[in-house]
Amino acid sequence: MRFLVMVKDTQEAEPGQLPPAAMKAFNETLIRDGVLLAAEGLQASSKGARITYSGARPTVTDGPFAESKEVVAGFWILQGRSREEIVERLLQCPFEGGEYVEIRPISDLEEIHERRKLGAPGA
Amino acid sequence: MSAAEARTAIEAVWGIESPRLLGALTRVVRDIDLAEELAQEAFVAALVQWPNEGIPRNPGAWLMSVARRRAIDRFRRDALLERKHEQLGRETVPVEDPDFAALDDDVADDLLRLMFIACHSVLSPEARVALTLRLLGGLSTPEIARAFLVSEATVAQRIVRAKRTIAEAHVPYEVPDAQERAKRLPSILEAIYLIFNEGYSATAGDDVLRPALCEEAIRLGCVLAHMLPDDAEVHGLVALMEIQASRSKARVGSSGEHVLLLDQDRTRWDYLLIGRGLAALERAQQLATPFGPYTLQAAIAACHARARTAAQTNWHRIAALYDALAQVAPSPVVELNRAVAVGMAFGPSLGLELVDALETEPALKSYHLLPSVRGDLLEKLGRLSEARASFERAAALAQNARDRALLLERAARCRF
Repeated sequence: MRFLVMVKDTQEAEPGQLPPAAMKAFNETLIRDGVLLAAEGLQASSKGARITYSGARPTVTDGPFAESKEVVAGFWILQGRSREEIVERLLQCPFEGGEYVEIRPISDLEEIHERRKLGAPGA
Repeated sequence: MSAAEARTAIEAVWGIESPRLLGALTRVVRDIDLAEELAQEAFVAALVQWPNEGIPRNPGAWLMSVARRRAIDRFRRDALLERKHEQLGRETVPVEDPDFAALDDDVADDLLRLMFIACHSVLSPEARVALTLRLLGGLSTPEIARAFLVSEATVAQRIVRAKRTIAEAHVPYEVPDAQERAKRLPSILEAIYLIFNEGYSATAGDDVLRPALCEEAIRLGCVLAHMLPDDAEVHGLVALMEIQASRSKARVGSSGEHVLLLDQDRTRWDYLLIGRGLAALERAQQLATPFGPYTLQAAIAACHARARTAAQTNWHRIAALYDALAQVAPSPVVELNRAVAVGMAFGPSLGLELVDALETEPALKSYHLLPSVRGDLLEKLGRLSEARASFERAAALAQNARDRALLLERAARCRF
């Protein structure tokens, strides 16, 4: 099963900011355990654009998105056996500045097949 | 936290932490059976304490400290017994206590050591698979049994026997040196690929895919690649699995039927996995001289992955790669695949020549893909009644109900 983990923050990241060493170590454990499929940090929303599809023509708005209370600062795509596994992994994440993460399962083969549940203890 | 919630969370923690817990315990106590017992005791302690006290901030360290206490108790008890034996005048061999403090060392080789033990060539492939999923995947015996459609008793017995074989064969508890490693790595790669294939092509039953096993195999491959970054074939295997798995969704039609590679809707391929697979293949190709069997198979899979439509497939390159594969890993199945590629690259009659040469091959006697490929080539040559007979023979040999239905459909199409 795959999960999109969005990192949300109330303030934009400083341009050119490198991830702290603790975050690099955390990412390293995700790679070591074979669960990291993709991870990216995002540039400031002022460099982005928003397209709204309503009415006859979609409208394009340049960033920053002033009305948003928080911005997406980055994301991971992780593979795990269960949502609980991803939650436990993210509990080890070294954020401490008021960020939060949102964990969302990605639509996958479950649509077609009922999945066999794997991932309980070695009883 | 409710008891049920706690249990789910603890099971998730176990899945994450148990391989490294076992790896460290195995390094220190040098006995996988005892290591498993100690890890189990730590897990049971968590089940008792965490629902009341909450999950500790660092669950891995918590489990390790409980396992260490249990290990120390156990060795103390054994030492006490030994002293009693001495008092009774029996001869005893003094055993040195393991260095329990070393359990906290973060040793990068722990999982690698465990993999080399679990996949030692003294074990049958089935035993290697069961032990690998149990020790490195953190899966329980019932889960392994369910995934492989065998009884729990069978899996339990396989694991007990495997552990006994490991003890009797004095399998070393060390990570082998580079030279020895090259000899022993293929048995690890084989076990991981068996796990993948069990998930990818169900040999029995009606389920075409068991995605959880594919994901677990890819995960184990990535873990291994991280520990052995300079071994080309590890990257080759990861590339092969990722590129094959990228087609999982497209392989299954809307009513659950099997869709052949060339008929697949390529927009349903998983381009994240393809990208990862192609990157792993590039790493393998940079390291390999000459290419090994997994790297070659991955290169073949990559030819399909790179083609935006089936018609754009570079069959000449695929045929050349199969030639190379037939050199390094000759087998009747490779020869059959080579026939398919030659048929696509140079015309069905040349492919048919190669297939006909395989008719007497005993290993393919009951392999449904031989008559299936033959039927395809005959159909292309317009020899429809022979094609129909071949497809019908293939259907009779197919193990999977959906494969059988597909082949009968193709046979029926040859009537016109």
